[in-house]
Amino acid sequence: MDISTQSTEAPPPAPRSSGASQKRATRGATRPGDRVFLALSRGSGILLLVIMAAIAVFLTYRASLALSKNEGNFLTTFEWNTNVLPPVFGIAVLAFGTVVSAVIAMALAVPVAVGIALFITHYAPRRLGGPIAYVIDLLAAVPSIVYGLWGAIVLVPHLNGLFGWLDHYFGWTGIFTWQGGAPRSMLTVGILLAVMILPIITNVSREVFRQAPQMHQEAALALGATRWEVIRMSVLPFGRSGVISASMLGLGRALGETMAVATVLSPSFDIQASLLDPGGGTFAQNIASKFNEATVFGQDALIASGLVLFIITLLVNGAARYIINRRKEYSGANA
Amino acid sequence: MSNAPVTRKHASSLRGGNLPKWAPWAIAAGAVAVAVGIGLGAGLDSKVQWGLIAAILFVLGTYVIAARVEGRRQAKDRVATNLVWGCFIVAVIPLASLIWETVKRGAKAFDMYFLTHSMGVVADNEPGGGIYHALLGTLEQVGIATLIAVPIGVLTAIYLVEYGRGKLAGAVTFFVDVMTGIPSIVAGLFVLSFWILILGMGYSGFAGAMALAILMMPVVVRSTEEMLKLVPNELREASLALGIPKWRTIIKVVLPTSIGGITTGVMLAVARIAGETAPVLLLVWGTNFINNNPFDGPQASLPLYIYRQYSAGTDVATDRAWAAALVLILFVMILNMGARAIARWKAPKTGR
Repeated sequence: MDISTQSTEAPPPAPRSSGASQKRATRGATRPGDRVFLALSRGSGILLLVIMAAIAVFLTYRASLALSKNEGNFLTTFEWNTNVLPPVFGIAVLAFGTVVSAVIAMALAVPVAVGIALFITHYAPRRLGGPIAYVIDLLAAVPSIVYGLWGAIVLVPHLNGLFGWLDHYFGWTGIFTWQGGAPRSMLTVGILLAVMILPIITNVSREVFRQAPQMHQEAALALGATRWEVIRMSVLPFGRSGVISASMLGLGRALGETMAVATVLSPSFDIQASLLDPGGGTFAQNIASKFNEATVFGQDALIASGLVLFIITLLVNGAARYIINRRKEYSGANA
Repeated sequence: MSNAPVTRKHASSLRGGNLPKWAPWAIAAGAVAVAVGIGLGAGLDSKVQWGLIAAILFVLGTYVIAARVEGRRQAKDRVATNLVWGCFIVAVIPLASLIWETVKRGAKAFDMYFLTHSMGVVADNEPGGGIYHALLGTLEQVGIATLIAVPIGVLTAIYLVEYGRGKLAGAVTFFVDVMTGIPSIVAGLFVLSFWILILGMGYSGFAGAMALAILMMPVVVRSTEEMLKLVPNELREASLALGIPKWRTIIKVVLPTSIGGITTGVMLAVARIAGETAPVLLLVWGTNFINNNPFDGPQASLPLYIYRQYSAGTDVATDRAWAAALVLILFVMILNMGARAIARWKAPKTGR
């Protein structure tokens, strides 16, 4: 052991979080072993960055090959014909379908997920709360293809009643008209995606609600607030940004979901006003279902649509992370 | 709502009226009775509608009665309680149905023969056949992905926790977060573009494993990072004070202390990628035959097998899809439960 270098290896004084910002006069690795190890671990970190960059670069490159030969407008064309000359394809239908299905999923899932999270943290008998949370954790791990199989075989037949009812009473709105086709429409996709993202949103929201300052809640109770008033005045305001970021994570998953959509939807390349009639498509679903018949050029075109999906999910996830990180800063003072 | 609840004045004048404990049950019974009446009277044949009418009547009835007896604030509280319970019940129905249907329908075609045979000479409309080739493919692809992702992920986490300062560490942290959100199909398209379209390699299990590794890395980094942060600094300091180099401190002290948590994180990550279909669909292509070699030629995989059997559409194929879904869920659940058990068993003493 080389004792003379020992002093440079002064342990970080900050408790626990070694990511603390104190400056160490570290010359880092002075021993060969240290130097190799630092290089290895730093290299892994850099490799991750390289992979992210490579994803963006390679997708853009292949996408540009396809886009340069596209005769239609990539953003507004209602067609996906990559095997004809000249090729014409565009993402209008896919963008519309992706957004609509994700919006339906969010509208259904977020209120229910917040309700379940509150149920686990504030309403359920204590003995029940733990096991329920455990089961919901497990459900978050169920593979999407199983959700897809369940959606296509079990859920779809059960939706006939609901669709008939919506058509009968709300058909006049235009978005709930139903011509009686199989209920494999955007609404079905939205419902299935809602079921799928429910566990994730619930899990994150539950963690946030659990951290809500006990003092605030007890103070509210002491002032005579009912349980609902405690939640409304001290738990929900504390958890708001957490719920938003949980929803964004769920949204990111709903946007990129492939197999569940591919098994449930009857796709078509047009935009329909009605949510109940089959048709439409999403980015991920279109890639999965067109891939097997695609030529190399067709694959490039699909990569172009995947690039758009990549950018959208990057934006959504970046926003979610931004909100989470901002919350971290003041939650320490609050808790 | 024939059961009008009694207002009970308490001895203390500080509290207002209070509904007796049995009031919710009475209101529920009343709501169901009225709903059945409406259902029979209006000739609604759907029992779901009866249930919905009863639920709405129950919430309204609770609000009106509680508002009269206890006051508006208490009434709101009761309605909120009802709604939260309602959310829970609404969510349990599909999730319980998912598990129940998978077990019930999956049991039909599930036996030893199913586990030990491939689809080699079995047509879509013939009974028999199995998932041996798919199981083999999934295990090999997930195994290779784990071998790639775990060293990179753990080393990155070590960098972030033990060395990371400044801009590089910040960038890595941010992009690990972003990477967590990459849709699996985009990871598949990436490997497709550079491995198959540009390098000209064929479809193979290894190509799929690379995409799975990309999906797995951020999960491993995140969980390992959390675990390394839980290792008490005193341990590091004690080791360093004895003159042990930092890298040996990390390998001999920090990693063994947190190995339980790291294992848990890796198992959860494996469970996550084992169910991914989209990248496998793009990169491994799928086959009905047994292919032992993940580096050459198309392989099968369990999620892809489910998709293909479902798409085939015949009754026997659908049965096979359900049975394979059962196997996949069991695999993922066992990994999850095992991971959580290890986490509890090996939890660092300083944890929560």
